[in-house]
Amino acid sequence: MSPILTISGLHKSFGKVEVLKGIDLTMQQGDVVSLIGSSGSGKTTLLRCVNLLEDFEQGSIELAGQSIGYKQEGGQRRRLSEREIARQRAMTGMAFQQFNLFPHMTAIRNVMLGLIKTKKMPKDEARAIAEKWLERVGMGQRRDHYPGQLSGGQQQRVAIARAIAMNPQIMLFDEVTSALDPELVAEVLAVVRDLANEGMTMLLVTHEMRFARDVSSKVVFMHQGRIHEEGAPEQIFGAPKTERLQGFLANSEF
Amino acid sequence: MNYDFNFDVIWRNWDLLAEGLGLGLFLAIVSIAIGCGIGLLAAFGMLSRHRTLRWIAVAYVSAIRNTPILVLILFCYFALPQLGIALDKISSFVFTLSIYAGAYLAEVFRSGLVALPKGLREAGLAIGLTEFKIKTNIIIPVMFRNVLPSLSNNFISLFKDTSLAAAIAVPELTFYARKINVESFRVIETWMVASMIYVVACYVIAALLRRLELRLAVPR
Repeated sequence: MSPILTISGLHKSFGKVEVLKGIDLTMQQGDVVSLIGSSGSGKTTLLRCVNLLEDFEQGSIELAGQSIGYKQEGGQRRRLSEREIARQRAMTGMAFQQFNLFPHMTAIRNVMLGLIKTKKMPKDEARAIAEKWLERVGMGQRRDHYPGQLSGGQQQRVAIARAIAMNPQIMLFDEVTSALDPELVAEVLAVVRDLANEGMTMLLVTHEMRFARDVSSKVVFMHQGRIHEEGAPEQIFGAPKTERLQGFLANSEF
Repeated sequence: MNYDFNFDVIWRNWDLLAEGLGLGLFLAIVSIAIGCGIGLLAAFGMLSRHRTLRWIAVAYVSAIRNTPILVLILFCYFALPQLGIALDKISSFVFTLSIYAGAYLAEVFRSGLVALPKGLREAGLAIGLTEFKIKTNIIIPVMFRNVLPSLSNNFISLFKDTSLAAAIAVPELTFYARKINVESFRVIETWMVASMIYVVACYVIAALLRRLELRLAVPR
């Protein structure tokens, strides 16, 4: 089976600071890969490269057989057109640390917007899909609420529904519980776990070590812009090989 | 002071004052509508990545904001025809007031845009929206709601500025008041009533706009 996501030799700099120094990562359909590491290790940047919220200078990302963001033309590396990139972004779904719901729209409108504007779906069809997904994340009852009327955990669940309703090839989760009050974390993790169990391909940045251990098929430990150690969760958490990872885990909460 | 108040001439000309008030409101509404369009373009221009666009927008905003509005009105009405752009009184005034409103609203919109969280645009990108659709579906509607209170203040200012249209004989409230004044010599009564009409009108407009703000506000 050919991989759904292939990242090879990925380099990314912010000005003079190189934050990704050659990343190689491969994911099969249904894989759940957790990126862990201290802040500044480049894990969020890596995630944001996959849907081109960040440009990258070197290397390639291939998603479902398509080269993401750039093409080679006569030996030149060219950025794709805005329209092409928008279309490719719709192949991925992303949930953000700060939810980023559209504050002037109800929950269901938030979910419908991409279906109508990107996928050109008729309103009725979009509404049906949005209702289905809001139901799935346990937000069916609150579909007509505005983000400002919802708790953080509820907002994040709507945000996840908004991303996944687009039927993406892969879901990207960027520290989706970091901005939540502790008592609201579980409801969001439960939704993510359900999606994982159903075979959704997911790449997630997380500080929830216990969750990463339970839900991942592979865990990737990043340090200073490189993949420092990777492996099955039992191995990464049970028998870390490198001193750096041992140190990181010793300082992490479980 | 020995002055016999006599409001008769005012009451007799009540219809003129009402007509003038109506025209003033009309001028302000049309100008703020056009000004919103110009202001949005200028605000995006000021924040553009392209230096030329930025330069044009900034030049427009500072040129207009640093010119007295009366000078702008006279320039558009008397000087533009010499350059081959002849407009009738009302069109000329609407043109001037729209350009003027646009420059002030550009600043309002610019600060509204800058204040929006970056994540809003990114969330739009993540669901595959183009920059244009993000602007029309997310950025502008959210920013617009946030700046509504300043927009209301601008509208009231613009409404008061319509009194300057009297300078080019646009028949609005101040124009008729001056006419009544000249014909009747009831100086105090005329300007007292005219002032009162402006005060009441502004008060009512403010109250109506406040209700609109509440209706459009995002529930929380």
